[in-house]
Amino acid sequence: MLRLKVLNNSIQKDLMLKRYEQSHVKTVTLWFEENPIQAREGESVAAALLAAGVECLWTAHVSAKPRMPYCWMGVCYECLLEIDGEPNRQSCLIMVRDGMRVRRQSPAIGKT
Amino acid sequence: MMDETFDLVIIGAGPAGMAGALEAAKHKLSVLVLDEQSEEGGQIYRAISTNERLRPETYALLGNDYQYGKKLLLSFQQAKVKYLSGAVVWQVEDDRSVHFLLNGQAHQVEAKRLLIATGAQERPVPIPGWDLPGVMGAAAADVLLKSSGTVPSGRVVLAGNGPLLWLSASRLAEADVEILAVLETINFSNYLLALPYLPQALRAREYLIKGLKKKMQVRRAGIPVLSSVHDLRVEGVDRLENLCFTHRGKSKSLEVDTLLLHEGVVSNTQLTRQLGCDHDWYELQSYWHPLLDEWGNTSVEGVAVAGDGGIVAGALIAEASGHLAALEATYQLDKISRRRRDEDARIFRKEINNHRAIRPFLEHLFRPNPEILVPRDDSTLVCRCEEVTAGQVRQAVEWGALDLNRVKAYTRCGMGQCQGRMCGLTAAGIVSEAQGKSPREVGYYRCRPPLKPITLGQLVGTEKEIKPP
Repeated sequence: MLRLKVLNNSIQKDLMLKRYEQSHVKTVTLWFEENPIQAREGESVAAALLAAGVECLWTAHVSAKPRMPYCWMGVCYECLLEIDGEPNRQSCLIMVRDGMRVRRQSPAIGKT
Repeated sequence: MMDETFDLVIIGAGPAGMAGALEAAKHKLSVLVLDEQSEEGGQIYRAISTNERLRPETYALLGNDYQYGKKLLLSFQQAKVKYLSGAVVWQVEDDRSVHFLLNGQAHQVEAKRLLIATGAQERPVPIPGWDLPGVMGAAAADVLLKSSGTVPSGRVVLAGNGPLLWLSASRLAEADVEILAVLETINFSNYLLALPYLPQALRAREYLIKGLKKKMQVRRAGIPVLSSVHDLRVEGVDRLENLCFTHRGKSKSLEVDTLLLHEGVVSNTQLTRQLGCDHDWYELQSYWHPLLDEWGNTSVEGVAVAGDGGIVAGALIAEASGHLAALEATYQLDKISRRRRDEDARIFRKEINNHRAIRPFLEHLFRPNPEILVPRDDSTLVCRCEEVTAGQVRQAVEWGALDLNRVKAYTRCGMGQCQGRMCGLTAAGIVSEAQGKSPREVGYYRCRPPLKPITLGQLVGTEKEIKPP
């Protein structure tokens, strides 16, 4: 149910987001559920994860169905993640930092 | 270390907030600007301080209207104001105590005057299956491009109506996104409704010309544009697979990877609601907005709103209204005379009048699609957080839930993590239709603190001084 799919960079087909910007910028590494994710300086955590092939940041409260951020401006709360130990962070508003520790938090965990 | 009381606290660093700060600083007010994002610009100029350096190609693609924000940003950065990014306001009291979180630490400051410049949000577009991954807002996709230089991959369809649908479509087309189609939900009758306002709109014809250019740009890119599209529906198991709709009486289906929905933008009223400001229902565009006087003052003493959070009118009007609200705050704090306030305000009022000429035409042409104001299909999710459907909301009304708060208590609609931001307008639409009443009569959710998530630990550790990081 809580699938984590970190795709190989060569498989572009299933990615939700791709990068338009081709200019070289500083790469940072963040940790998502213990997996290293390469991101670019100045990206939001949510965008970096989706562009890296993470399919699901958050599952719905009741049905545990996968969800994706809808608004990208801090309204829909479908990007909530635990960032550096702090829960309920709106990851579409927070920029990546090198060494950042990011975890999924799901209200569905523990429910049947 | 800094003082805990400010002449003016501004919430939001978009065009209205930045302009308000500039004006207030010019008159030597002590100003604190709180913004939940990592940098200035709001949504319209999102990432304006870093895009040029970090993402030059994106910056170039975003064009003049976006780059204009740079001027405002530079003035703002030079002004003598205290600006805190990543500051998340979770409560404001009616004595104008402002509570916010910064780097996981709770703070409290006092404001002699408060200016709320929290702007607008994209109107949620509830169609069956809109909760599936792969579906998001069209303005949201534009924000993604600005804030991260990323675009949807795969086959994309944009559906809905409004200027931002075309702005987003034209930018994504330029960014070489594979757009299968743009599906317009407005009918021919909208043009007839809007026509009487065209002469007035010609006074602000630059907007019309820009809009037509965007539309032509999309068509020139060979993207099919279908008008009067109805019954949009998303199918898929774990993600969006098919988009179904009706066009010219025929059912159609498209295999799609990303669907971008848009039905306009609406005022963000969470803070003004929590403060208990009076609100009114804006019938033409179907949303709630705080009642304001000509200076942006709300019904709560010392609290004003500037920009799209008052009424949706675009970035340039937002900027001018920020100046007006700051002039009023300066006058109320006895820093300038009434005459000086009125004189200084003249140029901004003129600006607002010029730009406002386009609004009646746009707002009649791009009325939100009635199908999403009151979703017909009972299975459509209204509340995404608590997964409450349109059918369940209608059922609650049948059981006797006569107002929105009763519906919330019966169904949990609006009780989740977004606190009604995504479902409020839809729930209001369903409840008012089911009872044959105006949304004014069925009311809105009571918005209570915390408006943003805060832990008990953070709450207990509230600091009354802002320490330098």
